[in-house]
Amino acid sequence: MLAGKQGHEDVVVRGARIVDPTGDVDAVLDVRIDGGVVAAIGEKIDGNEHRVVDAEGLVLAPAFVDPHVHLRTPGREDEEDIRSGTAAAAAGGYCAILAMPNTDPVLDSAAVVGSLVERARDEAEVPLAFLAAITKGQAGEELTEMVELAEAGAAGFTDDGQPVRAASLMRRALQYGIAAGRPIAVHCEEPTLSRGGHMHEGAVSAELGFGGYPAVAESVMVARDLALAQYEDRPVHVLHLSARESVEELRAAQADGSTATGEVTPHHLCLTDEAVRSLDANVKMNPPLRAEADRKALVAALRDGTLAAVATDHAPHARHEKEVPFEAAPFGVTGLETAFAALYTRLVKPGLLGLSTLLERMSAGPARIYGLERPRIAVGAPANLVLLDLEATWTPAEAGFRSKSANSWLLGERLQGRVKLTMAAGRTAYEG
Amino acid sequence: MAEVRPLIRDELLPPEPPPRRHLISIADLTRDDVERLLALARTFAKSLEREVKKLPALRGRTVVNLFYESSTRTSSSFELAAKRLSADVMSIKATGSSVDKGESLKDTALTIGCYDPDVVVIRHPEIGAPNLVAQLTGAHVVNAGDGKHQHPTQALLDLYTIEDELGGIAGLHVAIVGDVLHSRVARSNVQALLLMGAKVTLVGPPPLIPRGIEAMGCEVSYDIDTIRGADVVYVLRMQKERMLAGANYVPSLREYTARWGVTPERIRPGQKVMHPGPMNRGVEIDGCVADMADALIERQVRSGLVVRMAVLYDLLTHGPVEVKVAEIEEVA
Repeated sequence: MLAGKQGHEDVVVRGARIVDPTGDVDAVLDVRIDGGVVAAIGEKIDGNEHRVVDAEGLVLAPAFVDPHVHLRTPGREDEEDIRSGTAAAAAGGYCAILAMPNTDPVLDSAAVVGSLVERARDEAEVPLAFLAAITKGQAGEELTEMVELAEAGAAGFTDDGQPVRAASLMRRALQYGIAAGRPIAVHCEEPTLSRGGHMHEGAVSAELGFGGYPAVAESVMVARDLALAQYEDRPVHVLHLSARESVEELRAAQADGSTATGEVTPHHLCLTDEAVRSLDANVKMNPPLRAEADRKALVAALRDGTLAAVATDHAPHARHEKEVPFEAAPFGVTGLETAFAALYTRLVKPGLLGLSTLLERMSAGPARIYGLERPRIAVGAPANLVLLDLEATWTPAEAGFRSKSANSWLLGERLQGRVKLTMAAGRTAYEG
Repeated sequence: MAEVRPLIRDELLPPEPPPRRHLISIADLTRDDVERLLALARTFAKSLEREVKKLPALRGRTVVNLFYESSTRTSSSFELAAKRLSADVMSIKATGSSVDKGESLKDTALTIGCYDPDVVVIRHPEIGAPNLVAQLTGAHVVNAGDGKHQHPTQALLDLYTIEDELGGIAGLHVAIVGDVLHSRVARSNVQALLLMGAKVTLVGPPPLIPRGIEAMGCEVSYDIDTIRGADVVYVLRMQKERMLAGANYVPSLREYTARWGVTPERIRPGQKVMHPGPMNRGVEIDGCVADMADALIERQVRSGLVVRMAVLYDLLTHGPVEVKVAEIEEVA
């Protein structure tokens, strides 16, 4: 399913602390890569005249997988395209990303998906797969031709950006999805409850006067989709959870034997609706930032595995679209290039989340949800590695992004933890 | 679990922002600021009793009124306030300007900024528009109403009116009645009244009282009889133009009026009644209540002029109010 540039590089990474949560490895060792494949792990490995990367004091981990990226291609290549989006991913330590289908046109036909997969082979700096829409045009009326889409390379199905309004159609998608053999991911939002909402409904929206987007607008839809999936005995992946009640629904379903999975974004893990007091359009996203109790519930759920994946929901927007009053601004923020640093700074450093847990939720967790091979540091595995400097501090600035867009909520924030090198599919995709 | 520090956007600004003040929200003001502005407004009220009402205080200064929403009271009083202080005034309305041609707020602000105005007074249907103009121009920005967010000069003129009528604000009980959800006037007034030590109760149908608003420090009641206990009954307009179509906040205006309309029977003698205008007589307020002697509605309009003079003057002349008052006496 993944398509992108491949490599067969010969590299030795010397002296890094290897942290691979999936293999329970945490030791200072050398790693030799022959022809893009991990060939040896050990102490003082023979360099074999390979290129040597001196990684003393750095952490070497399985590279990240982002299950939720808006590449804006086709249709809004001024905001992002395959090349820029995957370059941004490489800079963020990712070796694979999944692109969402809410483009213009929507990814709802095998022809469009097939042509994007072709382009990705030549243009993608890191391997890339596309999700296709559940309904034609994401209009919520007719199912897409899921089997043909899967054959054309679709990695899964979602109407992300909006919910599948009709419960009956959601049920059909779950049933028919069996034939396509790909996961279904749901954007949970009850539109009649979120209508007119610009931020979380609560004390801050009451004071500022914004139309509220209540937590229950998400959680009722999470409950519905989990119930349908359980009834049909099908897995379902719940996108970008934001509310405590939604997490509780997912936890209860999992305890009841559901195979449902969930993801959470860095901004929902780090910020609350208090940030909206700035009226900065770069803290406007869907679902919105919620209250402190919600944020704490998300962190706890990521820690205990109820939420299996960190997803950036990288949503690039043109500068002029965000340089408007908050209410007029579109939803969405970028995140590929800052996700690890944001979460390392805000969660790992203060002791709220272990480093190996974070690494697992950014790599093996999301890979598992979509049935992708999980990145590993193991002999025989393709080189999908990220080298991290946990001491380096930096400040994201508009000019420094590889993404075409700079609508980041972290502009000017001091972060700790930086990606030094990303190898994706045996090829050095980023070196900083 | 340890706390994660919330993002503080202020820290992202350059360390020393230029010495420039705006009036965007009542939250921008301290109690001392409000007292200074009210005292200044009283001084201007006295000066307006003279035969020649114009003061040279802001001669050579430029005030731009940028109105993206219809307005009678606010736009006319800002214009007159600036003229009374001898400032040059330019009034731009969204209809008939380049806004009709699709010009963004950013470009309009940059265009106006080219004339180096001292003050930009802006009214806009969207929350945060004044903040954007403040970022894009070198002018002091006065918020004349941004969406459902804030209308700080309305709250200041209401404080002025109450103080003028009742001799003080601290300790008073003010009931704000009606469509709080869509009201920037309510939000500014809750903050302003609490800042000055009053007690505030919001009264209205549950769907029109925003969830969580008690966190501001006010009380909430769905029972119209609560207003009997208040010193001041502040009536809000039903803002049909801001309501989502088909949202069913109330089943009908008839039922709203029957349950929450401020009628002569629901108030007691001596209670002061206020309304920011424009009124829907027979909807949120009975015509008899609006016209009774204890209604301060026209006084509010009159206060608007002197309070806006005070705001413009205060923004353009930093320093203790006593000195400035002396200067006014001198120039007058």
